[in-house]
Amino acid sequence: METYHGKSVLQGIALGKLYVIEKKESTWTKMTVADTESEAARFQAARKEAMEQLDELYQEAMEQVGEENAMIFDVHKMMLEDLDYLETIENRIRTESVNAEYAVTVTGEEFSAVFSSMDDDYMKARAADVLDISGRVVRVLEGREEPGLHTKEPVIILADDLSPSETIAMDKTKILAFVTKQGSANSHTAILARSLNIPSLVNTDVEITKAYHGKEAIVDGVSGSLIIEPDAATLEAKRQEQAEIREREEKLKLLIGQDNVTADGRRIHLYANMGNVEDVEKVLANDAGGIGLFRSEFLYLGRDTFPTEEEQFQAYKEVISRMGGKKVIIRTLDIGADKKADYFELDAEENPALGFRAIRICLTRQEIFRTQLRAIYRASAFGTAAIMFPMIISVEEIRRIKAIVEDVKAELTGEGIAFGEVELGIMIETPAAALVSGELAKEVAFFSIGTNDLTQYTLAIDRQNQKLEPFYDAHHPAVLKLIEMTIHNGHKEGAWVGICGELAADDTLTETFLDMGLDELSVSPVYILKLRDKIRHIGM
Amino acid sequence: MKTVEYVITDPVGLHARPAGLFVKKASAYQSNITVKNTENDKTADAKRIMAVMSLGVKQGNKIILSIEGEDENTAQAELEAFLKESL
Repeated sequence: METYHGKSVLQGIALGKLYVIEKKESTWTKMTVADTESEAARFQAARKEAMEQLDELYQEAMEQVGEENAMIFDVHKMMLEDLDYLETIENRIRTESVNAEYAVTVTGEEFSAVFSSMDDDYMKARAADVLDISGRVVRVLEGREEPGLHTKEPVIILADDLSPSETIAMDKTKILAFVTKQGSANSHTAILARSLNIPSLVNTDVEITKAYHGKEAIVDGVSGSLIIEPDAATLEAKRQEQAEIREREEKLKLLIGQDNVTADGRRIHLYANMGNVEDVEKVLANDAGGIGLFRSEFLYLGRDTFPTEEEQFQAYKEVISRMGGKKVIIRTLDIGADKKADYFELDAEENPALGFRAIRICLTRQEIFRTQLRAIYRASAFGTAAIMFPMIISVEEIRRIKAIVEDVKAELTGEGIAFGEVELGIMIETPAAALVSGELAKEVAFFSIGTNDLTQYTLAIDRQNQKLEPFYDAHHPAVLKLIEMTIHNGHKEGAWVGICGELAADDTLTETFLDMGLDELSVSPVYILKLRDKIRHIGM
Repeated sequence: MKTVEYVITDPVGLHARPAGLFVKKASAYQSNITVKNTENDKTADAKRIMAVMSLGVKQGNKIILSIEGEDENTAQAELEAFLKESL
């Protein structure tokens, strides 16, 4: 039995087998081989294995994203059957007496260079495909596994760190818990863990080694520990504890259908944050009054091209109609900084958090923005939609946004397309926006305070840098003052004010927020009933 | 020998997915089939996907297929129909 400690992201206990995701770098070097025939055979075997992987990926992609998008894996397979490519590799092995890793890599680079020299963006993208298939064959040759989740039974994921694109590709029903060596309570893995309601540890003092793969383990989110190969007594004790936690959750379910009202009669709306169409299930199951933050990034991340208006429309429409008239606040694209997709072709930045992101991208590349607005407005005909804009710092920005919105509405009207009444609001997540909130309130129907960014910008603390965690104070008086000021200024101009950051779920602040006169809290679905319980006990 | 001339109408040209379908189709015949992009005079074996994609065939480019072999008549008719349908 081995015990390690990390920072717990969510209370709860998971029991299961460990699944180690190791990031291994290529280690091959160019070598001379004597037996070129068996080296060529080694290459053929690796190629066959790579083809089988692609078959599986194709099947998975067919189920998850449809044939159109899955087709790329079929093309990859055809490339791996291409005689020019295969003959070049085999000739190289035979005539130069080199190892397969070298022959595949060099040939891949050669073929990819042909595509990348073409003056056609689409063909240039094929250069990446050639490198991709060559990389896959080399991985097989080296016996390295492809990063990602390939398991039939649900597992506890153990990894150094996980990028948003890695987690997006994972089948969420196969994840019992995350344990990462890196990462902070605000990292993407942590946020994903909260949205999935699974216990997870970040910043854990465990070595990430393949030796742990498949071993029984316990993730205890209550004490923040990872226990590998627990003894029978520990296993039994944790099973018991897990059952008790589940029982408490059952009790909270009795609050479904109840009001969010304090004992002394004050009310507040409890809405849910979500980031995927499937999350609606959890939003409804936990009895949220609406969706206070629908992160639209999921439509853009983990893919190679911009989502079309139609794709976006279908996603928004599904969420809006399933919420059956309850408010759905869609936040427009908040990409840039730490959330990136290659096809946006954003330049690398010295200071991404202060860089080209969110509304700044949308106001610069308006075609992206207009497509999203059209999709949201079209979907608004099917229920109650609201839109909020991220990273606002000035009144001028809102006026520009509103002009574009008016234009999009006129366009839709001209095309005879129906849309509903849509409330427009903004995120207050920069100190600048909080300070000029009195002016901003005259322009919009509501404010939603994004406390994660507001705290990071106010305290000048990078939330991705775990070294800074000792300096980070989520309850810093400066942040609370900005929140109070925003609520006060909003109300003066008739705008309602909510909080959608992680702070909204912090029940030690619920009473403070109620005292400030806050109108809405938007939290991960799992926190809704806990907060309702908390609110109903206030003022007793 | 039979030939097929066709001007590409697909807005992205002979890109990955249709190129894949085209190569699959061409590979089904015994005949030797080459495809030439008249825009740059490059010729490729129609049964090899990388070579076909490296022709850089775009919308508006004219391609010429040259088909030679026992089943050249069927290949000509079917490939012409395929091009019209998909590209």
